[in-house]
Amino acid sequence: MSARRLFARPARFAAIAPYVWMVLFFLVPFGFVLKISLSQTVIARPPYVPVFDLTQGFASFKAALASLSADNFRLMVSDDLYVLSYLRSLVVATVSTSILLVIGYPIAYGMARLPKRWQGLAMMLVIVPFWTSFLIRIYAWINILQHDGLLNQLLLALHLVSAPVAWLSTDTAMYIGIVYSYLPFMILPLYATLVKMDPALEEAAADLGSTPRQVFWLVTFPLSLPGVAAGVLLCFIPIVGEFVIPDLLAGSDSLMIGQTLWLEFFTNKDWPVASAAAVLLLALLLIPLLFYERLQRRQLEGGR
Amino acid sequence: MMAGAPNKLSRFNIVSLALGLAFLYLPIVILVIYSFNYSRLVTVWGGWSIRWYVEFFNDRAMLDAAWMSLRVGASSATLATLLGTLAAVALSRGERFAGRTLFSGMLYAPLVMPEVITGLSLLLLFVALDAERGFWTVTFAHTTLTMCFVAVVVQSRLGGLDRSLEEAAMDLGCDPVRAFAAVTLPLIAPAIAAGWMLAFTLSLDDLVIASFTTGPGSETLPIRIYSEVRLGVKPEINAICTLVIALITVVIVVASLASKLSGQRGESAAPL
Repeated sequence: MSARRLFARPARFAAIAPYVWMVLFFLVPFGFVLKISLSQTVIARPPYVPVFDLTQGFASFKAALASLSADNFRLMVSDDLYVLSYLRSLVVATVSTSILLVIGYPIAYGMARLPKRWQGLAMMLVIVPFWTSFLIRIYAWINILQHDGLLNQLLLALHLVSAPVAWLSTDTAMYIGIVYSYLPFMILPLYATLVKMDPALEEAAADLGSTPRQVFWLVTFPLSLPGVAAGVLLCFIPIVGEFVIPDLLAGSDSLMIGQTLWLEFFTNKDWPVASAAAVLLLALLLIPLLFYERLQRRQLEGGR
Repeated sequence: MMAGAPNKLSRFNIVSLALGLAFLYLPIVILVIYSFNYSRLVTVWGGWSIRWYVEFFNDRAMLDAAWMSLRVGASSATLATLLGTLAAVALSRGERFAGRTLFSGMLYAPLVMPEVITGLSLLLLFVALDAERGFWTVTFAHTTLTMCFVAVVVQSRLGGLDRSLEEAAMDLGCDPVRAFAAVTLPLIAPAIAAGWMLAFTLSLDDLVIASFTTGPGSETLPIRIYSEVRLGVKPEINAICTLVIALITVVIVVASLASKLSGQRGESAAPL
């Protein structure tokens, strides 16, 4: 189609401004993170020894290359603090993503089976909390979970406990916060897949004598796997690097990697170590990120 | 009627939906109700009152932070809408071009990238550029994040459009730019509006990236709220949160009306 090709040329020019922007503000900064993760900490402003001072010509570039140090990375793998926070991040992300899937699937399934005219409203109701501030939603839970908060008052009134339970600064509180915050991210992709499913497939399986359970596990669930994958990645990747929720709701005895990075950066002012933590975090997330990118592209560009 | 007939709303479906929505809304409703509580103790009900709202409007630092957040939100959302829309047009209409895979990768990655990484890397860039940290650095950082969301919203709208409309305009003698301005742009305008509002609320919400990229003396509202929350629950925070929720609700209602409008117009007649 010639009109289409004619249209494509100016459309390609539209890429220039956002392309330059993303290279400058997204790609190049990673270079800086990598560079600073390889430099030494000094007490100065900015607090690191500059490497690659290109203004000094190629000789200094070679000298700088020689002075690069993997010390920060050696620290990462030898110090328990970092190793443990990596492991904790992975465990927390895995556990919360599993909980999210178990809770989110029935909700998405219920939405997909609502009469058509109700579906728009239900989707809206799920999206609204997603637009409402993250911080506010965590704060709302602090209100409820604190020592003399509503949850403890309720439990005491029902005589389920005899003394207030310490909910805040526990892993339970953190998991509640994470599941609460990320639930819309799990529900929406699941719903999008389930609602597109042809109901005739489930009917056919039922007509052929499958029990409802068999229909679900043999037909519905396998067909919804793309939605499951999208929901899992959409939750898992950001949760691994989560900072705000564990900081406000979990105890301070074990940290997630996002908290460690934050601590190194803001409290210890150790930029090189913080950068090294970021590089390792990114390396950890590279594979799920690539999966996610492919999924997103296929969905938006129809496998072009 | 068979008991196990699929595709019907079962009791299980209804219960899980009701519980899910209750779980999503109860904490927010409680927060809003307690913002009108007279008592200083958040958990003791002392009667209805707006004293915490009055307190907020007398809190200079908090008001400054709110004003900063609104300015950053509006500027970054506008920039992000411009850039994101251009990116969406290039990706959905540009066919193949050099570096397309890298381009789409850079646009989709920030959607899930942990904010601590984005924040740290942008800060290191600003330090390397020796940029003075404050309003503009936060605005640019937010633009980088939110333009990706705008691109996705607009791109999915462009993907659903009937391209024969553009082609017809060109067959009738429009050049591509005019065909875009006269046919495509009006059709995707509601999605662009929705993208702006999403960008605005995301910017208003962000704590982590703003903490990394801001400088001394220019706090955004979430940074201010965060430092207060760390010290414990304060009724004034409930009032501020309620105001933010109210603002965002207005924005969402407008955005959803806009996207409803967009859904009714120019829907793809034949699948392409």
